[in-house]
Amino acid sequence: MRTAFIQALNELADSDPRVCLIVGDLGFSVIEEFSQKHPDQFVNAGVSEQNMIGLAAGMALTGKIVFTYSIGNFATLRCLEQIRNDVCYHRANVKVVSVGGGVAYGNLGVTHHASEDVAIMRALPNMVVVAPGDPVEARLATRAVVELDGPAYLRLGKAGEPVVHEKEPNFELGRAITLGEGTDLTLIASGGMLATADKVARTLVAQDVGVRLVSMHTVKPIDKEAVARAATETAHVFTLEEHSVEGGLGGAVAEVMAELPPGHAPLKRIGLRPEFNKTVGDQNYLKSLHGLDEESVLKTIQQIIARSYRRVG
Amino acid sequence: MNSRATDDELRSAARKLRSHSLRMISQAKTSHIGSCLSVADILAVLYGRILRVDPLRPDWPDRDRLIMSKGHAAAITYAAVAEAGFMPADRLEGYARNGSQMYGHVTHVGVPGIEFSSGSLGHGLPVGAGMALAGKRAGAKWRVFVVMSDGECDEGSNWEAILFAGHHQLDNLTIVIDYNKIQSLDAVDKTLRLEPFADKFRAFGWSTREVDGHDVAALSKAFELVPFEKGRPTAIIAHTIKGKGVSWMEGKVLWHYRAPTPEELVTALAEVEAS
Repeated sequence: MRTAFIQALNELADSDPRVCLIVGDLGFSVIEEFSQKHPDQFVNAGVSEQNMIGLAAGMALTGKIVFTYSIGNFATLRCLEQIRNDVCYHRANVKVVSVGGGVAYGNLGVTHHASEDVAIMRALPNMVVVAPGDPVEARLATRAVVELDGPAYLRLGKAGEPVVHEKEPNFELGRAITLGEGTDLTLIASGGMLATADKVARTLVAQDVGVRLVSMHTVKPIDKEAVARAATETAHVFTLEEHSVEGGLGGAVAEVMAELPPGHAPLKRIGLRPEFNKTVGDQNYLKSLHGLDEESVLKTIQQIIARSYRRVG
Repeated sequence: MNSRATDDELRSAARKLRSHSLRMISQAKTSHIGSCLSVADILAVLYGRILRVDPLRPDWPDRDRLIMSKGHAAAITYAAVAEAGFMPADRLEGYARNGSQMYGHVTHVGVPGIEFSSGSLGHGLPVGAGMALAGKRAGAKWRVFVVMSDGECDEGSNWEAILFAGHHQLDNLTIVIDYNKIQSLDAVDKTLRLEPFADKFRAFGWSTREVDGHDVAALSKAFELVPFEKGRPTAIIAHTIKGKGVSWMEGKVLWHYRAPTPEELVTALAEVEAS
């Protein structure tokens, strides 16, 4: 995803001199082409994230479209108040980019696990929160946040995520993309978990379960209509994210569903347990400990829909 | 901007700013009168003689940018933009009142002439550095001024920006520090010592000058000479007295918090008018 992002940003910077990139001394083997081709649109702020966001806000207030780039929590939590006051309050045209959402930097340690960032960014007024599901969405999201006049948070995976979208989808901020239709259940995914959701959906469909697969790339503003439709037109709603089950995609969907008229489908949030990891592991290993590997997700869904069928029967 | 303001006119403007602040803070019963009084002459000189701004066009792209980073000195900042012509002075009566738009910390929303909202310390300088970098790269003539407090220099974010501005040779960036020697709970020297203050800036690649922050002629001379050196950002360390202009407020931590009572307001205004 970060490759798709930086390629898109390079193209955007070619045609629009307002597009700038500030990095917090990170981005080795990612940002070199940008910095070489666009030296006047590039800044390495050094290891100083508070200053990075302040600089970005200042540049944006003179008319620039400024992307800040760092990894994990450094891009967001380290400079949270700067994002809130300098960027969001001033509606500064700053796009905060974090690479390595979730446990992508698995064995680097808990400091590098970004597991609450979506919840926290989502709480900020004026902030748009986007977690693209695959490299295609990452490219389209990069273009979309440039078109948006105001703050955005772009949460990316690392590199090498599979392409889920076989053809280019119609991408619009705040509007979910439906990839498959069915009425037994809806699987709503954000970020890199879209690929897992896609595989699980294919398996379920092969077992004659009707699955609606939704990519909720924009977690804020959430597509309330898509959630309401899922909750009323399908029998179960599942959310799937590489983020704490508290306050992220699952939290956002739960908020929408809690205010729907009674009688809608039940919700199960699948994501990271809200705790610090105690066991060392790479991304796939840690995801499996949290039940986020394909097999575990499938099992969770199957158990819940089986229980429900038993109840009905 | 009035480049022909005389020193006497600047002194008179500073008296007006002090009087406005005293009235506003007394009526609204808010804090930080001491911080307003110490920065009065600095703001009078900046708005009266230095800043290239146009009150009729607050968004004029070529304007100088002033960021009031010590956002707790909000009353005098609103008074300064009002006296500069950005809004009628009678709007100041709304300061910190229910339903108004002038919060007790500097707020840009709905207040013309306010470049940037502040109140959490250590935010103004990084933003100013970003503006200065953008301006420099664009070859723009406009400049950035950031007004800071001494206590604010405890914030690490400032030192990130000080390092950055020195490295990037942002000579279109000037900070002025209202060095009134008292912070929230105690004297600066007893809290976190800043001295040798000027040396710190020099070590970070800045040009520095120390001035009497209540001498409008000295302040003007310093501001008119910026940048002191090509390729270096400027730090003007303005030695001031917290509560300056009201004898019984001067140098007292109490007046970081207390609002003058109506009776105290009368005597304070009389002192300021007589100064």
